[in-house]
Order: sequence, then C-alpha cells, then structure tokens
Amino acid sequence: MTEETIQPKLSEPVFNHSNGRLLMPETRYWPTQMWKSPWSLPTYRRGAAVLAGLITGIAGAAWFLGEAGPRVAPLYSAAEQFALSKGVPAFIISVLWTFIKGAILLAAPLVNALFAVWWERKISAHIQSRMGPMYVGWWHGALQTVADGLKLLLKEDIIPETADKFVHMMAPVVVVIPAILAFAPVPFGNELVYADIDIGTLYVFAVGGVSVVGIIMAGWSSGNKFSLLGGLRSAAQLVSYELPRTFAVVPVIMLAGTLNISAIAGLQAGYWGGIIPRWLIFYPVVGQIAFIVFLIASVAETNRIPFDIPEAESELVAGFNTEYSGMKFALFFLSEFAYVLLSCLLMASFFFGGGAAPLPFLDFLPSWAWFLGKVLILMFCFLWFRWTFPRFRVDRLMDFNWKFLLPVSLLNIAAAGLLIWFLS
Amino acid sequence: MTKETSTAIKADQMFINFGPQHPSTHGVLRIALTVEGEVVIKARPDVGYLHRGMEKLFEARNYSQALVLTDRLDYTSAMHNNLAYCLAVEKLAGIEAPLRAQYIRVLVSELNRIASHLVFFGTFGVDMGAFTPFLYAFREREMALDLFEMLCGGRLLYSYMRVGGVSADLPPGWIEKCREFITFFKPRLKDYDTLLTSNPIFRSRTEGVGVIGAERAVSWGLSGPSLRGSGVNFDVRKNDPYCVYDKMNFTVPLGKTGCCFDRYYCRMLEMGQSAEMVLQCLDALSGAELNPGEVMAKGVPKMFKPAAGQAYAHVEASRGDLGFFAVSDGGLNPYRMHVRGPSFINVAILQEILAGCKIADVVAVLGSLDIVLGEVDR
Repeated sequence: MTEETIQPKLSEPVFNHSNGRLLMPETRYWPTQMWKSPWSLPTYRRGAAVLAGLITGIAGAAWFLGEAGPRVAPLYSAAEQFALSKGVPAFIISVLWTFIKGAILLAAPLVNALFAVWWERKISAHIQSRMGPMYVGWWHGALQTVADGLKLLLKEDIIPETADKFVHMMAPVVVVIPAILAFAPVPFGNELVYADIDIGTLYVFAVGGVSVVGIIMAGWSSGNKFSLLGGLRSAAQLVSYELPRTFAVVPVIMLAGTLNISAIAGLQAGYWGGIIPRWLIFYPVVGQIAFIVFLIASVAETNRIPFDIPEAESELVAGFNTEYSGMKFALFFLSEFAYVLLSCLLMASFFFGGGAAPLPFLDFLPSWAWFLGKVLILMFCFLWFRWTFPRFRVDRLMDFNWKFLLPVSLLNIAAAGLLIWFLS
Repeated sequence: MTKETSTAIKADQMFINFGPQHPSTHGVLRIALTVEGEVVIKARPDVGYLHRGMEKLFEARNYSQALVLTDRLDYTSAMHNNLAYCLAVEKLAGIEAPLRAQYIRVLVSELNRIASHLVFFGTFGVDMGAFTPFLYAFREREMALDLFEMLCGGRLLYSYMRVGGVSADLPPGWIEKCREFITFFKPRLKDYDTLLTSNPIFRSRTEGVGVIGAERAVSWGLSGPSLRGSGVNFDVRKNDPYCVYDKMNFTVPLGKTGCCFDRYYCRMLEMGQSAEMVLQCLDALSGAELNPGEVMAKGVPKMFKPAAGQAYAHVEASRGDLGFFAVSDGGLNPYRMHVRGPSFINVAILQEILAGCKIADVVAVLGSLDIVLGEVDR
C-alpha cells in the first residue's frame, strides 16, 4: 500500500446522515481489495514465490562463492608455505586449521538459527496472509532475529522459587551442547566435513539422543506441574520416535554398505540411464518408505507441530520451557532449530544424494550449493507442516508410533534385504 | 488448596489448577483437575474470577442507561445481548419497534453470529494446535467489525440497539459493503473445511471426544449449538420466533452424537445459514416499503417508568438461549434484572464429561462448548 491510501481523505469526510458519526473511510484496508490486486495471489502461491525467490538467490550466491573458492585455496596454501618457511611446526598449523575449520563448521547451527527463525516467521506469515517482520534490517525484516536475540540476551533471567536451581540452570546446556556436537560428522558438501568418522550415522543418533535428558531435566526441575507433564511427555515421545527414526536409516546403510555419512552421500553420485539420479529415494518402494518414516520421526524428534505435545501451548502452557526466560529460553530455541537443520542435512545426505545435481547437465553449480538448496526445501517442509497441521493427542501419538511407524520401518528393512538380493 | 483437599489426593495422583491464567481457558476460568498421569480423574470448574455484579448494577441505572451494561456480558456477540435486553424491556413497557428496526435487528444479530462463530473457529483451531485458521478467521471477522463500525462506531461493544428500535438507520453504502462481505465470506467456509474440518488429525482429536447424549444435554440445560450438536432440535429462532425470524428462510443444523466435532460443525454450518439470512434481510431493507429512516418507535422518552410487573424475553445468541428477566416496581430503574446466560449454564456440564478424558481433551471439550467468561461470571 502506498502512503496516500493509508491517509484518510480529510477533504471529503462522509458522515452517517442520521447520527452524525464519521463513516468508515473508503480507504480502509479490506481483504477483498487485497484479493483483487495482483500481489494478492492465494497465499500458498505467495509462499511458493517467496521460496523460489530465496532459493534462486541463495543458489546464485553459492555459485558466486564457488567461482571465488578456487581463488581462496591458493591463499590458504600460500599462508601455509609462509608459516612453514618461518619455522612453525607442521602439527601446530594442522591443529590451528582444525580449530578454524571447527569454528566455521560448528557455527553452522548458530547461524542457522538466526536464518531459520526469520525464515519460519516469513513463511508462516505468508501462509497466514500476513507480511511478517518488515522493519528491522534492510530487507523484509532480515535482521529481526538479531534484534530478538539481543532482546533475549538483555532479559532478566528468572529462576522460580520452587525450582531445583542447579538442574534448572544445567538443562539448557545439556540440551544445546549435544545439538552442536552432533554436527561434527555431517558433510556440508564435498570435503566440507569436520570429523569424517566411519560410524558417523551412529554418532549423530547417539549424541542427538542426549538432548532428551536435558528436556526431562528442564521439565522436572522447573517446579511447575505443567512443565513436569511436558517433561514426561517428551521422555515418552522422544525415546519412542528414536526407534523408527533409526530403523528408517537401516535400509540406507544396507544399500550403501557403510555408516560414514559422506560416503553414503558419495555413493549416490551418477545417473541411471543418464537421467534419473542414483539417489536412495529413487530406489523402488524401500527408498520412499524409508524417507517418509524418517521425515515423520524427525518432525517428532524436533518437537514441532503436529508432534509438539511436550510443549503444547494450549494444553501445557509451554510444557518444559514454561519457566525459562531470556537466554536460557533462547538456547532451547537454538537447539530446536539446530535439530531441524541436522535432520534436513541427514535427509539430504541419506536420500537426496548430498551435493549431487538432480540432472547431469545441472552440475555446473558447486556441490554445496545443491546441498544447501535441498536442505532449504526440506526445511520448508518442516515449516509447512508446522503452520498447517493441528496437534496430535498424546495417546494417538504413541499409537501412531508403535502400531504404524515401527512395524512399517521394520518391514522396510526386510524389503531392503529383498531388494539387495534382487539387485545382486 | 486447603489442607483437606491435599490429604484427599492419593500419592499417585496430581492436582492441577487449569487456569485462571492459562492460554486456552478463554478467559479466567479455573478448572480444578485431579489427574493420574495424563488421565483426568475429577474436574471441577470454578467460576467467578470476572464477577462484576452486573445484575446489581442494572438496578442502579434507568432503562436506557442500563443498555451499555449488556454489551459487557458476552462481549463477542454484544448485539444479541442488546437485543435480548431491549425485547425484555419493550415487553415490560409495552413498546413495539417498527418493522424496519426489526429487520435491522435480525440483520445485525446474524452478522454478529458470524463474527462470534469466527472467533470460535479460530480459537478452537488454536486449542487443537493449529494456529493458521485463527488468522484466517480474524481476517474475515475484521470485515464484519468494520461493518459494525460504520453502523454505530463501536467494534466490540456496540450499544447499537435502543428500547424501541435501533439507534440509527443503515448509513448510505452500507448494504453494498455488506453484500461484498457476504460474497467474500461464503466461499471462505469451504476454505475452512479444507484447512481444518477435513484434517485427519483434527478429526481424531474431536470425533468421539466429550460426548454429550441428547438426554444428558437437555437435563443439564444446555442450549445453542452445544445442545444442537447432540441432535436436540431446539432453536429459539424457530421455536419461539422474535423480531422477524418467522419470515426468514433458514434451517437449523443438527449434530448426531454430541461429540466435540458435532458441536464444532454445527457452528460452521450455522455461519452459512446466517450469511443467507443476512442476504434476505438486505433484500428486504434495500427496498422502499420499509420506510427508510423509521427505526425508532414513536414517543419513547429517554427516561420512562414501566408499570409494575415482570417480563421475560429470550433470543438465540451465538452461544445459546439468552434470556433477560426484568421486574419493574413502577420506578425509573429496574427493580430486578436477571440474565440467563447460556455460557454459565453450559460450563456446568464440564464436571460431568471431563472425568476420564485426557488432559488434551479438556481443552477440546472446553473449546467446543465455546464459553465466554464475561457471560459466565457477569
């Protein structure tokens, strides 16, 4: 809307003839007018347009950086040569390099939270026929999350009187540290991996599982009955959904023959008949079922709608994080988004070929640009679910897991065995 | 919690104060829940946190002044409260509103019913964990509120009606705006169905939950969509028509089993019927046969003394059968004004149907009864 449409026309006031009240100005914003104007497509189309614009922009930036990348690599080797010539021992250089790489790669969940929160707010706004944050930052509220983060940092940190103070303080830490550690073996593209360990898959699930303890601690130590119920619910939910989530990956491991995440992603390079990529999701039936079970279980693991019963706002106020404020609350938020990113990274590696291009002639883009694009699309699915679905009830949630997802994922393992036998 | 209740609770049970500060009690209702894990053993609704002594306040104002109090009862459907009060006082004083005013009263009542049911639709979605329907509902409700603002200047508390008619005729251009709203609104009902009603998670949360059988619903005195959801065909608009409802062409949607979903869907269907009635009223009002401008009965003074006696009038408000019982001792102020608030009577059944539900169902049942605490506590 332009400036002049917001201003009421003061020159021609219209009054109700019988009671002398000022009528509604013609310029009042009505949704019917919004639906008539070209920008007011049905909201899902607007959401899709925003998504397409963002992905194009990010892919373009990635392509630009990919061009710049080869020019940066000589700089690194020149610096290494310079240090070696000055008599710096080689192992110190490698240790320093490890730290720098670690800082860069493990900052991913932190930067991700900044981006993902803004993205979630924009996507949800467009789904709900609103604009979302528009003012902070230069473009469409891009720095809104930074402002919110600063606000949370400055907020008073309240510990309730009835809380178990030490456990209450430790809970966000126990939640957030595994969330960051779990990123270590995840490849962000070819060569971009912090710890390329052979049991990467196992490591991610094992470390990620520790966060449940933190959530139970938060629920128990808050001294609030709603928090306690939230903590109990999360204990039941997260532990149960861990099973189908892990079983869904077993066919992937069987087909790939390795637990190393970047190796699994690397094995999916190439094309059948020169057109269909050899991604695991294109393996008949087994791949699709494994992906869907993993996606559902991942949404449940990250406590998001429709599986957000541990923090169900309308039932348990905010569940385990009712009594948390300021930066501690932000840490719970951070870990939630870190796990969303982690799930999307894993799905992109396991089922969508990591950094492989979907069609042979599209591989002029760098691998990590493709990887990022796939991760963003998968993250969009998470946001899309969240802002469309209602919440499960706690017993239906458990039924769904034990009576549907778990049997399906077990059958899928058998089907994967048959597929391997058939292929060999 | 007193000492008695704390000793009465077994070690494996937990006592929870559900409210008065809770996001989904729709106000300041407190439900004292005794739970065993996730299952509710006992529930006792505790009302009165918003008590303002309305019925006593009526006695300290004359009949014209007391009208503004009625807005504050069920603040999401203030037009119905205005109407019920005016009908009771008109019966007491022997005044009859002109036909045009009666049409306008029906029109704004039905428009207000749409606005009120939209609040229900939005908040019920939020109770179920779906936030998006809320914003869609409020987008449409905003248009209805704009129409009311054009009409009387108020967006929540209208005080639009008067004893003997309504305060002002429809302003020029209002009828076209209202038609525009209805044509925009009717297809939105289908959107709501695809978004929430047909969602399998939503269905599993509401179908078969909080079942109130027809007999039980009648014996607890439920009214409105909460009663019709149980399949009892009672609607004041049909059974005891007031204003011009006997000239309106509409059906009363009924549920079958009386579960949360039936109550929800009754309200959704009612919105469509209300939209039809708004169009019928607009058709009648846009013609010249209803003397434009004649919206007040002639010779009703600002202060009047009805003869000693009593009168009862009731209307079908958004939440049920809303009645006003006025007693006059021949003075300027009412001697007694009793309000039969449907929310207050509907909330009582919670103690019976909540036992055995899950905690999540408490929210669903409470949301499906659609109470407004302004009316419960008065």
